[in-house]
Amino acid sequence: MTQKKLSIAVLLTLFVSGVFVAPVLAADTFKVGAVFSVTGRASFLGDPEKKTAEMIADQVNKTGGINGKPLELIVYDDEGDATKCNLAVKKLITQDNVCAIIGPSISGLSLAVVPLAEEYEIPLVSCAASYKIVWDEKANKPYKWVFKTPQSDSLAVEAIYTHIKKRGITKIALLSSTDGFGASGLAEMQRIAPQYGLKIVADGKYGPEDQDMTSQLTQIKGSGAGAIVNWSIGPTQVVVLRNWRDLGMTNIPFYQSHGFGSTKNIELAAGAAEGVYCPLGAVNLPALLPENHPQKKVVMAYMKDYSLKYKEPLSSFGGHAWDALTLVVDALQKVGCDKAKIRDNIENRKGFIGQHGVFNFSPNDHNGLTKDAFQMIVVKNGAWALAD
Amino acid sequence: MEKISLASQLLQYLITGLTVGSIYAMVALGFNIIYNVTEIINLAQGEFVMLGGLIMSSLHASLGAPILPAFILTVVLVTLVGALLDRLAIQPIRRPSVLTLIIATIAASIIIKGFAMLGWGKNPYDLPAFSGREPIHILGAIIQPQYLWVIGFLVVVVIVMTLFFEKSITGKAMRACADNPNAASLVGINVKRMVLLSFSLSAAIGAVAGIIVTPISLMTYDRGAMLAVKGFGAVVLGGLGSFPGAILGGIILGSIESFGSGLISSGYKDAFALIVLLAVLFFKPSGLLGNIEVSKIKRF
Amino acid sequence: MLQIRKLPVAVFALFIVIFPWAAYLIPAIKNYTGIMVFVGVYCLITIGLSLLMGYAGQISLGQASFYGIGAYTTALLTTRFGVDPWICMLIGMAAAAGVAFLLGAPSLKLRGHYLAMATLAFGVIVFIVFNEETGVTGGPDGLAGIPGLRLFGFKLNSAEKYYYLVWTIVIGVFLFTINLIQSGAGRALRAIHASEAASNAMGVDVSRYKIIVFIYSAILASLAGSLYAHYMNFINPSTFDLSFSIKLLIMIALGGMHEIWGAVIGAFLITFLSFEWLHYFKDFEIVIYGLILLLVTIFLPDGLVGVPNILRGWGRR
Repeated sequence: MTQKKLSIAVLLTLFVSGVFVAPVLAADTFKVGAVFSVTGRASFLGDPEKKTAEMIADQVNKTGGINGKPLELIVYDDEGDATKCNLAVKKLITQDNVCAIIGPSISGLSLAVVPLAEEYEIPLVSCAASYKIVWDEKANKPYKWVFKTPQSDSLAVEAIYTHIKKRGITKIALLSSTDGFGASGLAEMQRIAPQYGLKIVADGKYGPEDQDMTSQLTQIKGSGAGAIVNWSIGPTQVVVLRNWRDLGMTNIPFYQSHGFGSTKNIELAAGAAEGVYCPLGAVNLPALLPENHPQKKVVMAYMKDYSLKYKEPLSSFGGHAWDALTLVVDALQKVGCDKAKIRDNIENRKGFIGQHGVFNFSPNDHNGLTKDAFQMIVVKNGAWALAD
Repeated sequence: MEKISLASQLLQYLITGLTVGSIYAMVALGFNIIYNVTEIINLAQGEFVMLGGLIMSSLHASLGAPILPAFILTVVLVTLVGALLDRLAIQPIRRPSVLTLIIATIAASIIIKGFAMLGWGKNPYDLPAFSGREPIHILGAIIQPQYLWVIGFLVVVVIVMTLFFEKSITGKAMRACADNPNAASLVGINVKRMVLLSFSLSAAIGAVAGIIVTPISLMTYDRGAMLAVKGFGAVVLGGLGSFPGAILGGIILGSIESFGSGLISSGYKDAFALIVLLAVLFFKPSGLLGNIEVSKIKRF
Repeated sequence: MLQIRKLPVAVFALFIVIFPWAAYLIPAIKNYTGIMVFVGVYCLITIGLSLLMGYAGQISLGQASFYGIGAYTTALLTTRFGVDPWICMLIGMAAAAGVAFLLGAPSLKLRGHYLAMATLAFGVIVFIVFNEETGVTGGPDGLAGIPGLRLFGFKLNSAEKYYYLVWTIVIGVFLFTINLIQSGAGRALRAIHASEAASNAMGVDVSRYKIIVFIYSAILASLAGSLYAHYMNFINPSTFDLSFSIKLLIMIALGGMHEIWGAVIGAFLITFLSFEWLHYFKDFEIVIYGLILLLVTIFLPDGLVGVPNILRGWGRR
């Protein structure tokens, strides 16, 4: 008898003490919520995104806030987990009462919270790439309340295919990881290939944690492909390059996805990245842009501020958060904390110069970018260079 | 671009299979050493491999220590971790049963992984190849020098371990503990010390595996779990407790994985090893070289 | 513990009923109701697992797969074929039962670590299938647009409403399971756990009982998965991976595996740690779970429910 009562008492005590652990909020501010995968599988996305968002919030508040009112950025870490992401978004909407939400960092998680944005009618600007995030396939038009700042995979694929076609190659081999990013890229690569007259002669897959792709590359060696296109993020991008070099296949041009965009990857490839191509947004190569490039000023300023504040090199992924939060802050400045008006403001924004392109939103396009958001880059002497 | 022939492709799959299989074999050896002395399956075995790769990378690649001292220091440090695992996670358990010991080793593996994440973060770490990256061409396939190092180390480890267990007093004492700890302690063998030694030895072998494989496939903090599972698959395939079984099991498993992923479906690569594991458990739990009678006498 | 102690269950039930009101009134814990929905869902899995591990003495490191089977079955059937969600849940439970039977029959002949690895391998294989079969399961992106549940025409579209549904089911399952333990079947289970050889000698059909318990735990996990799917309206494979199976293990170990109350306490504590209380120690989360598991295994092998016994033992000295 007492044993059970004691257990319940323990339970209750623990629960009650938990009450006092939770923080208490207040104040008259413009609240913007952010959900990023700061830790977990996608921390290389979420961590720079969080840092960038916090940097912008700081800058805004140092210059007097938005129309005099401070900007309060509430950041939650979903740890790359769909359940926690869902809960975090719900908390931002129902408990923290934010005006708009930026993030999540990953496509899979963004897809999980799109229904929430639609149901609670709050603007959501995702920092993830899949076109499905903004496009309602059943209704064949964009979701009303959801936008995204990263370029869609299709744009990157088109940039790559344009380059391949220019070189006269017709047979290509695909490699992709079996996670959300890889699967999405693979679907686009398969869908768009015929439009560029390309034939897919090999199609290999590997897990996002795999350490060895020599089998898949060996199969490609036997397929007669003229170029290889790889779609993955994380360490596998580097392992596959090392395998490509180790197997002596460097005479077959290798194209990476836009997920390759970090100089750390070049470093880890230990020379295997030499001559590898990839499509990158302007934010990856501030110094390489010509002076008259529309994004040059904005991109150089971001690079300077970020490396000054955080003492680490820029990560292009942080740029997605830059684009998202700046859009929201601009909207707040114009229309205040009115969710419907913020949504309208973003939807009709034209000529927004962001880190990853010049955005032109419209009721039919909640991403606002074209394939010009990408430049084809080649790795030369261990650094990025514009490809010809 | 000329295609390579199917025969060359198959040869390449075999080469990859042997290399990857050697790593599984070393993990399997580690499992067997601990099992032979204590009848415990150490699910943290994969973490030793991970630590070996990461520590060596920090010492040699980041801090620039010369390769041989760094190698030795890494093995020593990981051996210490193995010893700590025994002292802190295994010995303190008052009423050991299969369930509690499995849970204890799982807990240990989580803790080691957690600390590794704190220490090294989530990024992959690299090591320079021991003798360069000039590929060796053979019949249309490619052998990287590092592959030969991997297979070579496996051979060395096997020879050393066999000599140790067959010829040395300590080795024979450890085998005595496995057969009958009570009898062993009656003849004056310090059973607890043998257990500690078995964990230490396994950790050392794991560390070596981690060091030699990192130049090929980098190392991250969370590699341990899958390595442990596949290593166990190799153990079961070869026969629990059998050293030659561990080698055979590892190589066969690595080859199945390599051929399966190249010829059947690369998305299911990890599944091949697991399906083999399940098949062996269901149809012939004693494995290829194991003894069914012996496995029944064992305490668990 | 040979009778249902009515008072503790009644007190607990009362606590469950009042909780959302308390959460509504205290702003700092307003979102706790949503977290309690997850605690309830996980309780369903841990109750089954507790029966399997604590009473039947079998190890499963693959419960996440049954959780996933329930979730994917109901998600697929409701989104592709528009089948009624409640029926889908029953189909999911049947599917899980079938799979558990097929897996259990050969596995449960294995002992100790073999069984642990067999269930672990199975769990990972199922996870890989969820991830790979994009045409059917949506692959890594998962399935979205899963409808919510309706009860007698009312939409269960808020955390509070779902909370009451889930917890009513949990309390029902809890009472049913305790009843099961006290029946002849339960005594047979405890005998098997104590000594399989002795039970066999006494005429207890050991294999049959083991498989039944395994299937029961799979059915509960599947039900939990379906409830999860209809709450989140979205699922993807990452929820059903090995680390979740291990987290379940930690819940059981912490709460105590020899008592069904342990399953509830463990689920409650680990879920709140995971979602709420560890927020400031995010990087240490993995290490903390490992330490909890290790310390409990060494010092509190009976889990937290065993604490009163220990204290009583000290009191006597």
